[in-house]
Amino acid sequence: MNQPAPNSVKDYGPLLYPALMLLVFFAIPFGIMIAVSFFQRDPAGFYTVDFVFSNYERFLSAFFGKVLSFSVGLAVLVSLICTVISFPFTYLLTRLKRRTQVFWLVGILSVLSLSEVIIGFSWSSLFSRTAGLTNLLVSLGILDSPTSLYPSFGAVLTAMVYQALPYTILVLYPSLARFDTSYLEAAKTMGASPIRAFMNVMVPVQRNTLIATLIMVFVFALGSYLLPQILGRPQHWTLSVLITDQAIYQSNMPFAAAMAVFLVLISLALIGLTLLIGKEEKVVS
Amino acid sequence: MNRIGTYLFLGAVALFLLLPLVVVLGVSVNEKQSLTFPPEGFSLAWYGQIFTDAEWRSALFNSLTLASGSAVLSISIALPLSWFLWRWYAPWANIFRLLGIAPFILPPVITALGFLTFWATSGFYGEPWTAIVSHGIFFVTLPLVTTTLGFTSIDKSVVEASSTLGANEFVIFKTVVFPLILPYVISGFAFTFVLSLNEYIVAYMSVGFTMETLPIKIFNALRYGYTPTMAAVSFLFVAVAALIFAVVARFGDLPKLLGNHSGGDVK
Repeated sequence: MNQPAPNSVKDYGPLLYPALMLLVFFAIPFGIMIAVSFFQRDPAGFYTVDFVFSNYERFLSAFFGKVLSFSVGLAVLVSLICTVISFPFTYLLTRLKRRTQVFWLVGILSVLSLSEVIIGFSWSSLFSRTAGLTNLLVSLGILDSPTSLYPSFGAVLTAMVYQALPYTILVLYPSLARFDTSYLEAAKTMGASPIRAFMNVMVPVQRNTLIATLIMVFVFALGSYLLPQILGRPQHWTLSVLITDQAIYQSNMPFAAAMAVFLVLISLALIGLTLLIGKEEKVVS
Repeated sequence: MNRIGTYLFLGAVALFLLLPLVVVLGVSVNEKQSLTFPPEGFSLAWYGQIFTDAEWRSALFNSLTLASGSAVLSISIALPLSWFLWRWYAPWANIFRLLGIAPFILPPVITALGFLTFWATSGFYGEPWTAIVSHGIFFVTLPLVTTTLGFTSIDKSVVEASSTLGANEFVIFKTVVFPLILPYVISGFAFTFVLSLNEYIVAYMSVGFTMETLPIKIFNALRYGYTPTMAAVSFLFVAVAALIFAVVARFGDLPKLLGNHSGGDVK
């Protein structure tokens, strides 16, 4: 069946309700948020209508610069670690028997859907003095007495890798499942070791997928807002935490909105980049 | 890759993913109100408390209402949209697909703040139903993706045949198209339900001060110290998610839903 163009207004009928819902409840809130970013703060309520740039001017402060560079650095690190683990892992996953694959996928989806609250709670238990990993080290005789491993940067990083790993695997899964293994077979036939074949054939062939994954996971990691609060110290707070904090606890919605707009711009620019890479890939193949 | 190395690597990843869950499970069955691992004694009382304690029960009820309400809402938006984009050639209408996918790709705090400013401006801030609308929109991506996949996998000659036999648009949808995409609709529902159950920030920014969902309740409780009940709720969540995804996998094609179109076994 070819897809005809709609003939009459009546044909557009089914589109009306979804279009209206998305416009009213997504496009308009988004627009209001942008507008609020130019408003003035009202400590007693939400905001007073105005048109000022002062919320954006606050980006120039040293404090904001520190939070921003920390958030970006942390997200880059999470994205790198997750991609380095997930790339070989997902490749191996796609080679497993279908039943085993489904089993893994159910587990990965379950971890992916876990609330940040629960991930934060679980890791803080694992890093705690009473129920944590250090107890294991004590019983093995490596440590003298159990200690608490959080709040610390390492705790934040570990939990964020935990949160982003299932996402990374599922981002890589479609491309790696499509991958034609005859390339690897060819490399092996010519005498390359499996690891060498993987590094010298698989990685270059999947270069664009890898870059796109790195970016997607980076944007995903930028969104983490509870783990730095539960497992870190105030100096480990990210831009997402700061936005929540300003909007809810400091009742400074305009400044929160300005930061959110900024975060949207970074994210959109990066996502746009992955789309460009995707296009290039299509042209090449 | 060599076989033992492969298994070691897969095992290490599995261990990493399971470790926190094992500790949570262990902590949740402690006999006394302490968070020790390995657990001291064995008791399921903390699981009971989710249902007997009025606050936990009301949070559970709120979460279940929110999850089912928003799953229904997001399907009601996604299904006609993906149907329209499949049935008709209207490239400009793809803007709505983009609008549906955007909230899921952007950092969630952005959508959450968008809703906060929207509900505050419209004067509905704090009304319980605003959480359902917020989640319904936030998660619309999931049924949009699954139903779009469902429509593209329909053999169009079947639709043409029923059209030739004189069925009108509505009858075709009801008798031919809908039964074919039903598994995809159900998976979309399941994904939205589970994710809504776990979602914190959007719910918090919409109704955080008037209503407690389970994630909000856990986070609020974290400030007053840890209890085994929190571990019990957390483990219950993992179990529910795993059960629902296992059911989806049992009745649907999970690898295909997640983008593996190679079909069948690979060597």
